[in-house]
Amino acid sequence: MNIIVCVKQVPDTNDIKIDPVKGTLIREGVPSIINPEDNNAIEAALQIKGEGKVTVLSMGPPQAEEALREAIAMGVDEAILVSDFKFAGSDTWATANVLASAVKKLDYDLIICGRQAIDGDTAQVGPQLAENLGLPQITYVQKIEVGEGVLKVQRALEDGYEIIEGKLPVLITVVKEINNPRYPTLQGIDKAYETDIIKWTADDIEADPAKIGLKGSPTHVKKSFVPPGKGQGIKLDGPTKDIAKQLIGILKEKEIIQEF
Amino acid sequence: MLYHTIRNFVEKEIIPYAQDIDHEEIFPIEQIKKLAKMGVMGMSIPKKYGGAELDNVSQTIIMEEVSRACASTSVTMGAHTSLCCYPIVNHGTNAQKERWLPKLASGEWLGAFALTEPNAGSDAVNVQTTAVRDGDDYIINGNKVFITNGGKCDFVPIVCTTDPSAKHKGLAIFGIETKNTPGFKVGKKEDKLGLRGSNTCELVFEDMRVPKENLVSGKEGEGFKISMGVFNSGRIGIGVQGVGIAQAAFDECMKYVSEREQFGRPLKKFQAIQFQMAEMATKIEAARLLCLKAAHVKDQGKNYIKHAAMAKYYGSDVSMEVTRQAIQIHGGYGYMKDYPLERFYRDAKITEIYEGTTEIQKLVIGNELFGRGF
Amino acid sequence: MVKIKLTDNYPGSTLTIDGVMLSLGDDFVDVEKSLDLQQALNNGYVEIQEEKEENKVEEVKEGEEVWIFAEQRAGKFARVALELLGKARELADHQGVKVGALLLCDKDCGLSSELISRGADKVYLAESEKFKNYETLNFTKTICEIINKEKPQIVIYGATHIGRDLAPRIAQRIATGLTADCTGLNIDEDGLLIQTRPAFGGNLMAEIKCPEHKPQMSTVRPGIMKMLDKTEREGSVVKCEISLEEDDRIKVLEVIKETRKVANLEEAEIIVSGGRGVGSPENFKLIEELAKELGAEIGASRAVIDAGWVPKDHQVGQTGKTVTPKLYLACGISGAIQHRAGMQNSDTIVAINKDPNAMIFSVADYGIVGDLNKVIPALIEELKNGKTL
Repeated sequence: MNIIVCVKQVPDTNDIKIDPVKGTLIREGVPSIINPEDNNAIEAALQIKGEGKVTVLSMGPPQAEEALREAIAMGVDEAILVSDFKFAGSDTWATANVLASAVKKLDYDLIICGRQAIDGDTAQVGPQLAENLGLPQITYVQKIEVGEGVLKVQRALEDGYEIIEGKLPVLITVVKEINNPRYPTLQGIDKAYETDIIKWTADDIEADPAKIGLKGSPTHVKKSFVPPGKGQGIKLDGPTKDIAKQLIGILKEKEIIQEF
Repeated sequence: MLYHTIRNFVEKEIIPYAQDIDHEEIFPIEQIKKLAKMGVMGMSIPKKYGGAELDNVSQTIIMEEVSRACASTSVTMGAHTSLCCYPIVNHGTNAQKERWLPKLASGEWLGAFALTEPNAGSDAVNVQTTAVRDGDDYIINGNKVFITNGGKCDFVPIVCTTDPSAKHKGLAIFGIETKNTPGFKVGKKEDKLGLRGSNTCELVFEDMRVPKENLVSGKEGEGFKISMGVFNSGRIGIGVQGVGIAQAAFDECMKYVSEREQFGRPLKKFQAIQFQMAEMATKIEAARLLCLKAAHVKDQGKNYIKHAAMAKYYGSDVSMEVTRQAIQIHGGYGYMKDYPLERFYRDAKITEIYEGTTEIQKLVIGNELFGRGF
Repeated sequence: MVKIKLTDNYPGSTLTIDGVMLSLGDDFVDVEKSLDLQQALNNGYVEIQEEKEENKVEEVKEGEEVWIFAEQRAGKFARVALELLGKARELADHQGVKVGALLLCDKDCGLSSELISRGADKVYLAESEKFKNYETLNFTKTICEIINKEKPQIVIYGATHIGRDLAPRIAQRIATGLTADCTGLNIDEDGLLIQTRPAFGGNLMAEIKCPEHKPQMSTVRPGIMKMLDKTEREGSVVKCEISLEEDDRIKVLEVIKETRKVANLEEAEIIVSGGRGVGSPENFKLIEELAKELGAEIGASRAVIDAGWVPKDHQVGQTGKTVTPKLYLACGISGAIQHRAGMQNSDTIVAINKDPNAMIFSVADYGIVGDLNKVIPALIEELKNGKTL
């Protein structure tokens, strides 16, 4: 099966710290990684590809090449970076348009995306890409079985799951529970530096200029700020029994817990 | 990418288990299997035989990171990649390489290296395990002691003497496939101060029959030269193992001095602590660079013996000093098994001893400085 | 000119803005709008006095409605859908327009009346057996057609598995903007929707607008907006035409509810959460008991999940679930940023930890420095006593 996996290079938000003086995000020195659920997507693709090939596709700045090399080190067959300053400022709608234009140049049976990226946290690009391509979508996939021309998957719900059969081609987004992504092997890392990353610009993918970049984005970020942290609260002191009484009393007063 | 990948791996797959590996004496087979999957167990083996053929600098980086996580795992790995593989990769006949290296590269086999005997420690030449020619075979009798991975290995080159009177010119190395060699026995498992997850055993050879094809290099009398090569090469790994342990202890201190408050402020505000931290950081960095330099010189194909010995001597020295200071900085907590400092302290000691004691390292350096037979 | 005063977030005691000195505790003072002021606002150091609504719009005009997607499953509304009605009501009142609810459901589902009683003026009803269960393409097509016909100005969806599957698809097809996971929705001076949402794992908040495309759409986190009580209200049902094509590319074979109760932390009102300080999987019984007394859900820090004491769906934190309960009790949790990211927006946070320096205390409203093995049983006893009285 030929599979396209869409990946995004993101800052490792686990490592993000807040400047105690300015109250702003410290972005320097934060390592860039492949978005964790995209790693799950790559792993899923590698597990089911069979005789076919896995291509990773990413829209990003030139440094995203590093993320694509990591994907090659994991074992994907081909990596494509779509990069152009015309894409800067794209929201999810515009990003989906760019990716769709790129995908249209490729052969595929299946597209796998991670559910959401840890910087934007929107989970929108996957479904929007599917819509753009006219493909059906299955989101929140936590288990995959391959059939004849179909995919049988488990889709996670808040209180259980669905078993869904989708005819290929289809786009799925996967959640981290689906697998444990493999580590790049030493041989893979070697190969990663010997392989050429294919690079496409806006012209290469014939992207509609009105639908990409900042100008092509319906939503704009007007302001960003660090959420004010909760202030230090009240420390309850004294013998345990008294503290317990005091706390329950406060909670009842505030109607946080009910009087029985 | 290598650094980033191995750090990731170590954070997820080794560090969470390190305390248990030490406290419960669990042999880190799971970690070794995962390292094998990544290709790390074959890092010193040429690509031709399925290895990753990494340069020495990269191998050193990997060894430091694994040691930082768990010294028991790193020695299990190092005995295989550094000690066991060296004689075959550098001195094996083509047939031997084809027979043994692929399984070692894939991690299907775990390797070890057996030289040390009750009467042959620093005096390595005093090997008393005999190998006597009998037709197309050799009959081997003797025993080895303190062998890392001894009880768990699938393959182990052992150093024997075919001619005791010839002293160091009479040594030979035989590759033993432990699962199908009659007369190969695993003896006592040692109960150690540190590296408690590592398997250290006595090996006993009772009329062990070994085909002549297993004589590494095919020639008798090569044993000493090969062994010295093994140790010169392995030294860098032990030096950086010390660095890794020291770094782990140091990292714990960094956390602790930021959080622990006495006399109204965190410890890091006290100049005494700052000085100690500065000294430790500098020494660790210097030791690390010495190891990397030795690896680099080796990569260039030049004589690296002096640098390797320096790397081990200094790396183990720094390891001892830093781990001791690290416990001190943690005060009472450092002494408790809840905290890893005591494990680092116990693990560090062996780096001054095995694969050539610090005293031997100094002799080696002296030799290199003044020339042999000065 | 605006009226401002210092907030508690300001780390000092006085701040000078544009020549005017503000002290903590002072009442609102007048200042000119300036860069200084903007900077202080961005940092959260000052707040602007809310202009009292002088003229609330009297006339409610037709069209340009504020809609919600009334998510339901098997005839039961997702709680978030009803919460959204409350918010939609507020936004619509501000704009002087009506509130609409998009309801796609099985034939004769009879759900419209509840929507009206909770705040909807109109229910746009599309009934069909095909809508018994959610299916992406059918829902997308139907909703897009209704939106294109009626042209609402705002449509909001719950950020549930369904909402996050459906809304992006609709946004792409209609070619409009969608903002995900909003925690705040307001109208600005120009009548545009300001959508506030977290990014970077909760480390940053962003305000987003969709100035040139309509409708403006958002998905909203459950548990943030307030549901209105049921009241007697007038409302109408608009039956919508459906034209679905046969499309068998996706087939739902089975819907399985987990027999093991999967932790539904996101909808919980109270969560009792345990961390490494609990000590052992056996000791986690304390957490379970306390949760039972409070009628609470059980949460856990990542350390506990990784150690295998509790199944993964209980994990609270950046790589687990983000929760906003009324009450979050953190027991034996150190409070690393990754955990805090998942719970710091809870209404009330109580922390129990024997380490007085634990980071969890920096977000706790009430802190108890003590051994949870003593404190939790004391709390349980106190709660039990309250019940028997």
